[in-house]
Amino acid sequence: MKTSQPIDAFGRDLSQEVKESVYSSSKAKYDKRIGALNAGYIAPDSLRKLAGQIKQHTLENLPSYLESAIGKLEANGAKVHYAKDGEEANATILGIMNAAGATKLIKSKSMVSEEIHLNAFLENNGCESVESDLGEFIVQLDHDMPSHIVTPIVHKNRQQIATTFEKMGLGDYNDDPTTITRRARTYLRKKYLEAEVGLTGANFVSAESGRIVLVTNEGNARFSICANRIHIVLVGIEKLVPRDKDLALFLNLLARSATGQQLTVYTQFINGPKAPDQIDGPGEMHVVFLDNGRSEILAGEFQSILRCIRCGACLNVCPVYRQTSGHAYRAVYPGPVGAVLSPLLAGKRYPEFADLPKASSLCGACNEVCPVDIPLPELLLRHRNKSKLEHIQKASAGTPPLGGWAVLCSTPSMWKSTLTLGKVMDYVPMKLVPVPAVQAWTQTRTLPPFRGGKFRGWYKEHRKHDSGNNQ
Amino acid sequence: MIPANRIVGKQVQFMITCLCDTFYDHVAQASVELLEQVGCLVDVPDGQTCCGQPAFNAGDWESARKVIRHTLRTFTGDQPIIIPSGSCAHMVFHGYQLVFENGTDAEKEAARTLAGRTWEICDFLVNGLGIQTWHGRFDGKISLHRSCHTRGSNTYSAALQLLRSIDGVEILEFDESEQCCGFGGTFSVAYPNTSAAMGTLKIDKLTAVKPDLIGAVDMACMLHLSGLAEKQKRPFRKMHVVEILLQALRNAPTNPPVIHS
Repeated sequence: MKTSQPIDAFGRDLSQEVKESVYSSSKAKYDKRIGALNAGYIAPDSLRKLAGQIKQHTLENLPSYLESAIGKLEANGAKVHYAKDGEEANATILGIMNAAGATKLIKSKSMVSEEIHLNAFLENNGCESVESDLGEFIVQLDHDMPSHIVTPIVHKNRQQIATTFEKMGLGDYNDDPTTITRRARTYLRKKYLEAEVGLTGANFVSAESGRIVLVTNEGNARFSICANRIHIVLVGIEKLVPRDKDLALFLNLLARSATGQQLTVYTQFINGPKAPDQIDGPGEMHVVFLDNGRSEILAGEFQSILRCIRCGACLNVCPVYRQTSGHAYRAVYPGPVGAVLSPLLAGKRYPEFADLPKASSLCGACNEVCPVDIPLPELLLRHRNKSKLEHIQKASAGTPPLGGWAVLCSTPSMWKSTLTLGKVMDYVPMKLVPVPAVQAWTQTRTLPPFRGGKFRGWYKEHRKHDSGNNQ
Repeated sequence: MIPANRIVGKQVQFMITCLCDTFYDHVAQASVELLEQVGCLVDVPDGQTCCGQPAFNAGDWESARKVIRHTLRTFTGDQPIIIPSGSCAHMVFHGYQLVFENGTDAEKEAARTLAGRTWEICDFLVNGLGIQTWHGRFDGKISLHRSCHTRGSNTYSAALQLLRSIDGVEILEFDESEQCCGFGGTFSVAYPNTSAAMGTLKIDKLTAVKPDLIGAVDMACMLHLSGLAEKQKRPFRKMHVVEILLQALRNAPTNPPVIHS
């Protein structure tokens, strides 16, 4: 069906295979999430609300928590950097590598590094940057983009992966998942040993202790760090939590919301570089705090989106994401969180992504599953209002203008006469109505018979009858 | 989001909703008759039109404010306002407050006051009037669509509680009950492919358990689902919860004229 919205078109043209894979994996993760939350807690909803409050409090006091975290990290022996944008972050990371004479970097999964296109930058500057998370590794081999925050290759099947592996010289075609994993493992073991620098993200940073918290299911974050001299942590400034003990709540919610696990398989708490009495571990640790538009978001009406802990639950439950897939959103963060965040992170290129907040029926399922209770539908609505005020065509495409309707609805006499005149609609063949919205509706749906004013007529008679009885 | 201590009472105002005013008069009528059955005196302010949600959701908050101001002027007084739609009630609780975020104190106050008087009808019966069980009989297996805008409210649980207490009613469990019907106001025409795909899936899930009818607490979802189903030549029997409740009373072997809470 004809459409003027790119996400709608992307979903329409998506292969049945990808659609099926995205749908079934989303549904499975949603079901596991509910199971894990209800098995673990009597009132999981109140935990979600509490976590939201803690994160909101952190955001409202971010400068002081950031200062505390930086102080602790430095006291622990880490070197702390602040990057205003992606360009600065990339340059900082390259600078650290150059200073150490290093050219080989191994990475554990980090959405922030996707956000600043770190791999491409390092490669353009003569460095190797290898993804060690299996999904991200496959994305990298394919020169593809992750389509989900937690499960980056949910849009691929094993036949496609086997073909890629064969093309890249990782053995003859074999689509057995165990074989694929073994081959990646063998390849990556070599890369872990060759690398000089290990880069990770951070799921949380404790302001109280400076502790960096990392969760993975493959153990690749620890592999990336342990055999290297230098550990670089790249983290958004919003990833702070006030106290170590808050981590109990957040770790329990993150794993359950993301994958339906009680906890991820590996959870690491990193205090700083190797202490003198420790046998191994990186001797040098750098923490790069990335702003990249976050301070601006912090100061405005979209602040609460910075509570996000990147679990992906809002994607999994979202009916629009399920129909269209992550790539439809044309940005690093897809789904409802991406529809709010991507236009903001785009900065001056906001209008390019102004259609994203329209990709929602505002059903509210995303808010209902969010472990930090972000009011996602409200944020989507705020974007729509902003785009309308800024006359951004990309956002308004396909949405009927409602100015005339507003006049009708604030003029009762006009409304009532339209209710009676509207009967004419029953006699008009809908195919002939040259209004795009009517066309878009009637291609797949009928309209019920028009009964404008019938209730009002009944009520008038009913009241007459009533007052007659009372006399 | 829904104010605590909303106004309760048996002299009520009824908000028809624009969909019932144009297409579903039988739902509006059933609502008024039902409210009278439980002892309410129902007033229907004549100047009412629409709650303003279409413009609000479309992002045209200026147009929405225009309509909302009209609604605020129309529903004066201090009586409870009863709405046969979880979605329009949600609009009053949420949207009305949001569009006047930067408004005058008077506008903010008016929006807050209206929210403090507003009830979705099932919520009103159970949590406003304190009716815990329903009288009468209704024979049917029902798939009760959740209607997204009742999330975070007591509407769905209230509707379930009343329906389950009726002799002969069987509420069916169906898959993906948390998923949307795909309507979303102007979303349905701006995203016609996604919207229709969502609705088709919803109909599959609602009908897979072979209900005698599909029930809802909002006619907007029904407009979309039944419109799709009819086009796909698989129409289903549909009823708003108030129609089921009213029918149950009429089927009662002894029909008490008024239910007292």
